[in-house]
Amino acid sequence: MTSTPARPPLFKAQHLLAINDFSPIEIQELLDLSQFYAEHGKSLPANRRFLGGQTQVNLFFENSTRTQSSFEIAGKRLGADVMNMAVSTSSLSKGETVLDTAVTINAMHPDFLVVRHQSSGAVELLAQKVSCAVINAGDGQHEHPTQALLDALTIRRHYGKLEGLTVAICGDILHSRVARSNIHLLTKMGARVRCVAPSTLLPSGIGNFGVEVFRRMEDGLKGADVVMMLRLQVERMSGAFVPSLREYYQFYGLSEARLRIANDKALVMHPGPMNRGVEIDSSVADGMQSVIREQVEMGVAVRMAVLDGLDRVRQGDAA
Amino acid sequence: MIGDPARSRSRKAYLNAHVLSPAQGLNGKGGVLIEDGWILAAGTGVTKESAGASAQVIDCKGRIIAPGLVDMRVFTGEPGSEYRETLASASQAAAAGGVTTMIIMPNTQPVIDDAAIVDYVLRRARDTATVRVFPMAAITKGLSGELLAEIGLLKQAGAVAVTDGVKSVANANLFRRALTYARDFDLPVVAHAEEPSLAGGVMNAGETASRLGLSGNPAMAEVIMIERDLRLVEMTGARYHVSQISSALSATVIKAAKARGLPVTCGVSINHLVLNENDIGAYRTFFKLSPPLRTETDRRALVEALADGTIDAIVSSHDPQSDDTKRLPFAEAAFGAVGLETMLSAALSLHHNDGVPLARLVEAMSQTPARILGLETGRLAAGAPADFVVIDPTLSWKVEDQSLRSQSKNSPFEYRTLEGRAVETVVAGRTVYAYSA
Repeated sequence: MTSTPARPPLFKAQHLLAINDFSPIEIQELLDLSQFYAEHGKSLPANRRFLGGQTQVNLFFENSTRTQSSFEIAGKRLGADVMNMAVSTSSLSKGETVLDTAVTINAMHPDFLVVRHQSSGAVELLAQKVSCAVINAGDGQHEHPTQALLDALTIRRHYGKLEGLTVAICGDILHSRVARSNIHLLTKMGARVRCVAPSTLLPSGIGNFGVEVFRRMEDGLKGADVVMMLRLQVERMSGAFVPSLREYYQFYGLSEARLRIANDKALVMHPGPMNRGVEIDSSVADGMQSVIREQVEMGVAVRMAVLDGLDRVRQGDAA
Repeated sequence: MIGDPARSRSRKAYLNAHVLSPAQGLNGKGGVLIEDGWILAAGTGVTKESAGASAQVIDCKGRIIAPGLVDMRVFTGEPGSEYRETLASASQAAAAGGVTTMIIMPNTQPVIDDAAIVDYVLRRARDTATVRVFPMAAITKGLSGELLAEIGLLKQAGAVAVTDGVKSVANANLFRRALTYARDFDLPVVAHAEEPSLAGGVMNAGETASRLGLSGNPAMAEVIMIERDLRLVEMTGARYHVSQISSALSATVIKAAKARGLPVTCGVSINHLVLNENDIGAYRTFFKLSPPLRTETDRRALVEALADGTIDAIVSSHDPQSDDTKRLPFAEAAFGAVGLETMLSAALSLHHNDGVPLARLVEAMSQTPARILGLETGRLAAGAPADFVVIDPTLSWKVEDQSLRSQSKNSPFEYRTLEGRAVETVVAGRTVYAYSA
């Protein structure tokens, strides 16, 4: 790690907006680089801090401490100057639109823009108006690509592969961008994906996403190598999509007993933040099979790889 | 020679045309003779000789002459949002699209729910618009869905129908009374059919919405409301018109209601006849419409329902929106698309691509809307107003911001090349639009 490292391009896209913009090989490359950063990312030598002198702006229209921190650390480890803008508390309340904000920030010439927004498609809209690389940190109910990448990396570290694994995604799939990105990525990489949820929390047409659909946890967990629980958005659920939290827990909560239906040593995952006692028992969340903390750790590695990958595209374009 | 030779100075003869007027069964070579804003004669009988020596002769070079289009669903921004569209700018757009009569919706600020406002828009139109303008007035005061507007006075002031425009009257009992009351004044009740509690989404419900992560508005929301309304129509005997249907199932329901003999008619927007939900692509808000664009299966069913007469009228559903309401994330953007200038051209594509007879298209855009609303236009007959359009059915042109006369540019056809368009539009004998390349 002393000579100047070669930096071959990993992918062609100029932004990371949606998983479907990436081919299986490109995802493979990204995950390989992520693995490298998982091992070496914390103390990179100066000649590997590729983003030195570059500016990364985290633009979060929707609050998220953990994702924002993860991107911030990833950028800083690569040497970037990172600035956080919590737009939800400033411009939006003054009637400024996404595009106004985009144009304003673009005028400051950042190199990377990490964006989270509550509306599906908003990040893509913004990407059309700026000249830097844009990373989707979650848009509405559409996509959260870095979460899917970090989930895939976590799984791969345990099983050595994604292909052929059975992954059960359980809970509020209807409102979940995490679920959508994971479905796209995992099916693309040859995993068998299951969606397990009450019908009121399944998007219409889910059967055409290349997944198997289950309405009972007991059926959906049988033979699963990975159990991926989703956060139930408690604020808007009660009485509208499911009758009550205790009823939801009764039928869809991941308890130790229910986890035993899945394969031995099946991984338990959760994108966080968790509602303990609603979608997942504390004993499972903190149990032997849980890789939830590892997911957070992989988050930083994956985001470093994404920043590095996008920088390679930018350097290639500039050359 | 036809008519009085002494008055023939203002006489114009449009000759060497293909005259298309379904009301008269005209569909062939001929001409149209006009004088003082009225039609003297139309058809094969109109020749250079019969027009008289003093008549100004216009050679149509084989192009089509059809009755001027009557567009039953036009939103303007006047009064209240003149930065989006005025009656004047909408009328310029209408003229360029062959539309000689615009029926404007009451969704203005203030709402057209009062005789004085009907009078105001009619006067503004008279002073500033180049095409005919008639308002539909609100069914309920302030479009609130709570209290009946003064339907009798609104009719007296010049409203041609009542409608709440972009929403249904959710209260079934109130809507029943509106139907009953409007029947006494022989005024059609025009409904935007959508059960509000089901229709919260921003695009058609289904796989595409799920993939985009957008909330869905199911076709069932429309069908349920139409079925409710049809029961009330059966009960009251009022004339009921659904302003736009968007789904195959709605067409089936309307067809059955007509077979039962109910006084029901319906329209469809040109957008729903030529576009589908896939056109939304990557969150293109110009395709965010209410009701939403649906599947290709629905679109085909609507074209079929138009061809077989289940659907009576084609509307532009012209709804000007500015950048500040459209250049937003999809869920936050406003509904609506401009359409006055593109309706005719887009409709011609149904002739070119889907085999719908021209006569049927012209009927659905002129004669039938005029009949539903009791207007004397929509036909090329002696004694009718000289409102007509000269159409070049194969002329191609590109839809671009600078070519659109509407103040707002939210056209779902932007950058498309369309085949066929109005090349001259005549209102009351006066040429209000002439195409120049």
